Amino acid sequence: MRAGLVLFPGTNRERDMALALQRATGRKPAMLWHRDTELPAGTDLVVLPGGFSYGDYLRCGAMAAQSPIMRAVRDFAARGGHVLGVCNGFQMLTEAGLLPGALLRNASLRFLSMDCHMRVERADTPFTHRFRPGQVFRSTMAHGDGNYFADAATLDRLEGEGLVALRYATPEGAVTEAANRNGSARNIAGILSPNLRVLGLMPHPENQVDPLIDGTDGLPLFESVAETFAETA
Amino acid sequence: MKVLVTVMPKAGVLDPQGKAIGHALEGLGFAGVGEVRAGKVIELELAETDAAKAKQAAEEMARKLLANTVIESFRVEIA
Repeated sequence: MRAGLVLFPGTNRERDMALALQRATGRKPAMLWHRDTELPAGTDLVVLPGGFSYGDYLRCGAMAAQSPIMRAVRDFAARGGHVLGVCNGFQMLTEAGLLPGALLRNASLRFLSMDCHMRVERADTPFTHRFRPGQVFRSTMAHGDGNYFADAATLDRLEGEGLVALRYATPEGAVTEAANRNGSARNIAGILSPNLRVLGLMPHPENQVDPLIDGTDGLPLFESVAETFAETA
Repeated sequence: MKVLVTVMPKAGVLDPQGKAIGHALEGLGFAGVGEVRAGKVIELELAETDAAKAKQAAEEMARKLLANTVIESFRVEIA
Protein backbone atom coordinates (compact mmCIF):
# COMPACT_ATOMS: atom_id res chain seq x y z
CA MET A 1 0.00 0.00 0.00
CA ARG A 2 1.26 3.44 -0.89
CA ALA A 3 0.21 5.93 1.76
CA GLY A 4 0.85 9.65 1.73
CA LEU A 5 0.90 11.65 4.96
CA VAL A 6 0.19 15.34 4.65
CA LEU A 7 2.12 17.79 6.81
CA PHE A 8 0.83 21.24 7.58
CA PRO A 9 2.54 23.88 9.71
CA GLY A 10 1.57 22.77 13.21
CA THR A 11 1.01 19.09 12.43
CA ASN A 12 2.60 17.11 15.25
CA ARG A 13 1.38 13.50 15.05
CA GLU A 14 2.88 12.55 11.70
CA ARG A 15 5.69 10.44 13.11
CA ASP A 16 3.39 8.22 15.18
CA MET A 17 1.08 7.90 12.21
CA ALA A 18 3.99 7.00 9.92
CA LEU A 19 5.12 4.29 12.36
CA ALA A 20 1.59 2.87 12.58
CA LEU A 21 1.29 2.74 8.78
CA GLN A 22 4.75 1.22 8.44
CA ARG A 23 3.99 -1.41 11.04
CA ALA A 24 0.80 -2.44 9.25
CA THR A 25 2.02 -2.20 5.66
CA GLY A 26 5.78 -2.74 5.86
CA ARG A 27 6.27 0.40 3.81
CA LYS A 28 7.12 3.92 4.86
CA PRO A 29 4.47 6.45 3.86
CA ALA A 30 5.43 9.38 1.67
CA MET A 31 5.58 12.68 3.53
CA LEU A 32 3.65 15.32 1.60
CA TRP A 33 3.73 19.06 2.15
CA HIS A 34 0.69 21.30 2.34
CA ARG A 35 1.95 23.38 -0.57
CA ASP A 36 2.19 20.37 -2.89
CA THR A 37 -0.41 20.58 -5.62
CA GLU A 38 -0.53 16.91 -6.50
CA LEU A 39 -0.27 13.53 -4.85
CA PRO A 40 2.48 11.08 -5.84
CA ALA A 41 1.36 8.77 -8.66
CA GLY A 42 -0.04 5.50 -7.33
CA THR A 43 -1.12 6.86 -3.95
CA ASP A 44 -3.65 4.47 -2.36
CA LEU A 45 -4.32 6.27 0.89
CA VAL A 46 -3.99 9.87 2.03
CA VAL A 47 -3.70 10.42 5.76
CA LEU A 48 -4.30 13.76 7.47
CA PRO A 49 -2.66 13.34 10.88
CA GLY A 50 -3.35 15.18 14.11
CA GLY A 51 -1.87 18.37 15.43
CA PHE A 52 -2.69 22.04 15.51
CA SER A 53 -2.40 23.09 11.89
CA TYR A 54 -2.01 26.85 11.52
CA GLY A 55 -2.32 27.20 15.28
CA ASP A 56 -6.05 26.38 15.05
CA TYR A 57 -6.54 29.94 13.75
CA LEU A 58 -10.09 30.90 12.78
CA ARG A 59 -11.42 27.35 13.36
CA CYS A 60 -9.58 24.05 13.80
CA GLY A 61 -8.72 22.76 10.33
CA ALA A 62 -10.18 25.77 8.50
CA MET A 63 -6.88 27.06 7.12
CA ALA A 64 -5.57 23.60 6.26
CA ALA A 65 -8.79 22.88 4.35
CA GLN A 66 -7.95 25.76 2.00
CA SER A 67 -4.32 24.77 1.39
CA PRO A 68 -3.12 23.75 -2.10
CA ILE A 69 -2.81 20.04 -1.35
CA MET A 70 -6.39 19.81 -0.18
CA ARG A 71 -7.56 20.48 -3.71
CA ALA A 72 -5.63 17.37 -4.77
CA VAL A 73 -7.04 15.43 -1.81
CA ARG A 74 -10.58 16.47 -2.76
CA ASP A 75 -10.04 15.32 -6.36
CA PHE A 76 -8.50 12.08 -5.08
CA ALA A 77 -11.54 11.41 -2.87
CA ALA A 78 -13.90 12.30 -5.72
CA ARG A 79 -12.15 9.66 -7.87
CA GLY A 80 -12.79 7.09 -5.11
CA GLY A 81 -9.50 7.47 -3.26
CA HIS A 82 -9.18 6.44 0.38
CA VAL A 83 -8.63 9.19 2.96
CA LEU A 84 -8.11 8.89 6.71
CA GLY A 85 -8.31 11.95 8.96
CA VAL A 86 -7.43 11.68 12.63
CA CYS A 87 -8.11 14.41 15.18
CA ASN A 88 -7.09 17.65 13.44
CA GLY A 89 -7.32 15.61 10.21
CA PHE A 90 -11.00 14.87 10.95
CA GLN A 91 -11.56 18.58 11.56
CA MET A 92 -9.94 19.31 8.18
CA LEU A 93 -12.18 16.78 6.43
CA THR A 94 -15.31 18.47 7.77
CA GLU A 95 -13.97 21.95 6.97
CA ALA A 96 -13.12 20.77 3.45
CA GLY A 97 -16.63 19.40 3.01
CA LEU A 98 -15.40 15.81 2.56
CA LEU A 99 -17.39 14.74 5.61
CA PRO A 100 -20.54 16.39 6.98
CA GLY A 101 -20.92 18.23 10.29
CA ALA A 102 -18.35 20.06 12.36
CA LEU A 103 -16.25 19.62 15.49
CA LEU A 104 -17.18 22.10 18.20
CA ARG A 105 -15.36 23.01 21.40
CA ASN A 106 -15.64 20.17 23.90
CA ALA A 107 -18.85 20.59 25.90
CA SER A 108 -16.79 20.82 29.10
CA LEU A 109 -14.63 23.57 27.54
CA ARG A 110 -11.63 21.53 28.68
CA PHE A 111 -8.87 20.09 26.54
CA LEU A 112 -9.30 16.35 27.02
CA SER A 113 -6.17 14.22 27.08
CA MET A 114 -7.16 10.76 28.25
CA ASP A 115 -7.99 7.20 27.31
CA CYS A 116 -11.33 6.52 25.71
CA HIS A 117 -13.11 3.50 24.31
CA MET A 118 -14.84 3.22 20.98
CA ARG A 119 -17.40 0.72 19.76
CA VAL A 120 -17.04 -0.39 16.15
CA GLU A 121 -20.40 0.28 14.47
CA ARG A 122 -19.29 -0.80 10.99
CA ALA A 123 -16.83 -3.67 10.68
CA ASP A 124 -17.27 -4.05 6.93
CA THR A 125 -15.37 -1.01 5.69
CA PRO A 126 -11.86 -0.59 4.24
CA PHE A 127 -10.76 0.85 7.59
CA THR A 128 -12.47 -1.47 10.06
CA HIS A 129 -12.87 -4.99 8.64
CA ARG A 130 -10.21 -6.43 10.96
CA PHE A 131 -12.41 -5.55 13.94
CA ARG A 132 -15.44 -7.61 14.96
CA PRO A 133 -18.82 -5.87 14.68
CA GLY A 134 -19.51 -4.23 18.02
CA GLN A 135 -15.92 -4.71 19.18
CA VAL A 136 -14.77 -2.15 21.73
CA PHE A 137 -11.21 -0.92 21.59
CA ARG A 138 -9.22 1.45 23.72
CA SER A 139 -7.69 4.57 22.28
CA THR A 140 -6.53 8.01 23.34
CA MET A 141 -8.17 11.36 22.86
CA ALA A 142 -6.21 14.61 22.93
CA HIS A 143 -8.30 17.48 21.69
CA GLY A 144 -10.03 20.70 22.64
CA ASP A 145 -12.53 20.63 19.79
CA GLY A 146 -13.88 17.12 19.35
CA ASN A 147 -17.55 17.66 20.03
CA TYR A 148 -19.15 16.30 16.87
CA PHE A 149 -22.09 18.38 15.69
CA ALA A 150 -24.47 18.06 12.76
CA ASP A 151 -28.10 19.05 12.40
CA ALA A 152 -30.73 16.42 13.20
CA ALA A 153 -31.44 15.66 9.52
CA THR A 154 -27.73 15.03 8.84
CA LEU A 155 -27.40 12.85 11.94
CA ASP A 156 -30.45 10.83 10.88
CA ARG A 157 -29.02 10.42 7.39
CA LEU A 158 -25.64 9.27 8.78
CA GLU A 159 -27.38 6.75 11.02
CA GLY A 160 -29.81 5.64 8.31
CA GLU A 161 -27.05 5.08 5.77
CA GLY A 162 -24.81 3.36 8.31
CA LEU A 163 -22.08 5.96 8.08
CA VAL A 164 -21.34 6.16 11.80
CA ALA A 165 -18.15 4.11 12.05
CA LEU A 166 -17.28 4.52 15.73
CA ARG A 167 -19.03 5.62 18.88
CA TYR A 168 -17.68 6.52 22.32
CA ALA A 169 -18.64 3.75 24.70
CA THR A 170 -17.77 2.21 28.04
CA PRO A 171 -15.15 -0.58 28.00
CA GLU A 172 -18.13 -2.97 28.06
CA GLY A 173 -19.60 -1.38 24.94
CA ALA A 174 -22.45 0.65 26.45
CA VAL A 175 -23.02 3.94 24.63
CA THR A 176 -23.54 6.24 27.62
CA GLU A 177 -23.36 9.95 28.31
CA ALA A 178 -20.51 9.38 30.76
CA ALA A 179 -18.44 7.69 28.03
CA ASN A 180 -19.02 10.67 25.73
CA ARG A 181 -16.51 13.03 27.32
CA ASN A 182 -16.46 15.70 24.63
CA GLY A 183 -20.25 15.90 24.25
CA SER A 184 -20.47 14.59 20.67
CA ALA A 185 -23.91 14.21 19.11
CA ARG A 186 -25.08 10.61 19.55
CA ASN A 187 -21.64 9.65 20.94
CA ILE A 188 -20.17 9.86 17.45
CA ALA A 189 -16.39 9.41 17.41
CA GLY A 190 -15.91 8.65 13.71
CA ILE A 191 -17.89 8.89 10.49
CA LEU A 192 -17.58 7.63 6.92
CA SER A 193 -18.31 9.05 3.49
CA PRO A 194 -21.15 7.38 1.55
CA ASN A 195 -18.64 5.25 -0.43
CA LEU A 196 -16.99 4.24 2.90
CA ARG A 197 -13.60 5.40 1.62
CA VAL A 198 -13.20 8.53 3.72
CA LEU A 199 -12.99 8.04 7.48
CA GLY A 200 -12.61 10.80 10.06
CA LEU A 201 -12.23 10.16 13.78
CA MET A 202 -11.12 12.23 16.76
CA PRO A 203 -9.19 9.68 18.90
CA HIS A 204 -5.70 8.47 17.99
CA PRO A 205 -5.59 4.77 17.08
CA GLU A 206 -1.95 5.31 16.02
CA ASN A 207 -1.11 5.54 19.74
CA GLN A 208 -1.86 1.84 20.23
CA VAL A 209 0.09 -0.09 17.61
CA ASP A 210 3.06 -1.40 19.60
CA PRO A 211 2.84 -4.08 22.32
CA LEU A 212 5.69 -2.37 24.17
CA ILE A 213 4.02 1.05 24.14
CA ASP A 214 0.42 1.05 25.34
CA GLY A 215 -0.71 -2.09 23.49
CA THR A 216 -2.08 -2.77 20.04
CA ASP A 217 -5.77 -1.90 20.31
CA GLY A 218 -5.53 0.50 17.37
CA LEU A 219 -3.58 -1.80 15.09
CA PRO A 220 -6.62 -3.50 13.42
CA LEU A 221 -7.56 -0.17 11.86
CA PHE A 222 -4.20 0.08 10.08
CA GLU A 223 -4.17 -3.65 9.26
CA SER A 224 -7.63 -3.27 7.74
CA VAL A 225 -6.55 -0.55 5.39
CA ALA A 226 -3.28 -2.36 4.62
CA GLU A 227 -5.23 -5.49 3.70
CA THR A 228 -7.58 -3.44 1.53
CA PHE A 229 -4.53 -2.65 -0.61
CA ALA A 230 -2.63 -5.89 -0.08
CA GLU A 231 -2.41 -6.48 -3.82
CA THR A 232 -0.51 -3.23 -4.34
CA ALA A 233 1.82 -3.77 -1.36
CA MET B 1 -13.37 50.48 2.62
CA LYS B 2 -13.63 48.84 6.02
CA VAL B 3 -16.04 45.94 6.32
CA LEU B 4 -16.99 44.13 9.52
CA VAL B 5 -17.94 40.46 9.40
CA THR B 6 -19.63 39.24 12.58
CA VAL B 7 -19.61 35.47 12.99
CA MET B 8 -21.89 33.91 15.62
CA PRO B 9 -22.73 30.34 16.62
CA LYS B 10 -26.06 29.44 15.03
CA ALA B 11 -29.15 29.19 17.16
CA GLY B 12 -29.35 25.61 18.40
CA VAL B 13 -25.58 25.12 18.35
CA LEU B 14 -24.22 24.66 21.85
CA ASP B 15 -22.04 27.61 22.82
CA PRO B 16 -20.15 26.49 25.93
CA GLN B 17 -17.91 29.56 25.75
CA GLY B 18 -20.93 31.86 25.96
CA LYS B 19 -22.27 29.79 28.85
CA ALA B 20 -18.96 30.05 30.71
CA ILE B 21 -18.88 33.82 30.21
CA GLY B 22 -22.45 34.01 31.54
CA HIS B 23 -21.48 32.04 34.66
CA ALA B 24 -18.46 34.29 35.20
CA LEU B 25 -20.62 37.42 34.94
CA GLU B 26 -23.00 35.91 37.47
CA GLY B 27 -20.03 35.18 39.74
CA LEU B 28 -19.00 38.84 39.51
CA GLY B 29 -22.41 39.83 40.81
CA PHE B 30 -23.99 41.10 37.58
CA ALA B 31 -27.68 40.35 37.92
CA GLY B 32 -30.19 39.85 35.16
CA VAL B 33 -27.85 38.49 32.50
CA GLY B 34 -29.77 36.07 30.30
CA GLU B 35 -28.27 33.91 27.57
CA VAL B 36 -24.73 34.86 26.52
CA ARG B 37 -23.44 33.93 23.06
CA ALA B 38 -19.81 34.44 22.05
CA GLY B 39 -18.74 34.96 18.45
CA LYS B 40 -16.06 36.90 16.64
CA VAL B 41 -15.71 40.02 14.54
CA ILE B 42 -13.37 40.08 11.55
CA GLU B 43 -12.38 43.50 10.18
CA LEU B 44 -11.53 43.62 6.50
CA GLU B 45 -9.92 46.53 4.69
CA LEU B 46 -11.10 46.20 1.09
CA ALA B 47 -9.86 48.10 -1.96
CA GLU B 48 -13.41 48.16 -3.32
CA THR B 49 -15.04 51.61 -3.07
CA ASP B 50 -18.61 50.61 -3.94
CA ALA B 51 -20.39 49.64 -0.71
CA ALA B 52 -22.76 47.15 -2.31
CA LYS B 53 -19.92 45.38 -4.12
CA ALA B 54 -17.74 45.37 -0.99
CA LYS B 55 -20.58 43.82 0.98
CA GLN B 56 -21.12 41.20 -1.68
CA ALA B 57 -17.42 40.32 -1.75
CA ALA B 58 -17.27 40.05 2.06
CA GLU B 59 -20.32 37.80 2.05
CA GLU B 60 -18.61 35.46 -0.36
CA MET B 61 -15.48 35.47 1.83
CA ALA B 62 -17.65 34.64 4.84
CA ARG B 63 -19.35 31.76 3.05
CA LYS B 64 -16.06 30.31 1.78
CA LEU B 65 -13.83 30.78 4.79
CA LEU B 66 -14.67 33.24 7.56
CA ALA B 67 -17.73 31.34 8.80
CA ASN B 68 -18.49 27.64 8.83
CA THR B 69 -22.15 27.79 7.90
CA VAL B 70 -22.75 24.32 9.37
CA ILE B 71 -22.37 25.85 12.82
CA GLU B 72 -22.13 29.62 12.37
CA SER B 73 -24.15 32.47 10.94
CA PHE B 74 -22.61 35.74 9.78
CA ARG B 75 -23.52 39.35 9.23
CA VAL B 76 -21.64 41.82 7.03
CA GLU B 77 -21.64 45.56 7.69
CA ILE B 78 -19.83 48.44 6.08
CA ALA B 79 -17.97 50.16 8.91
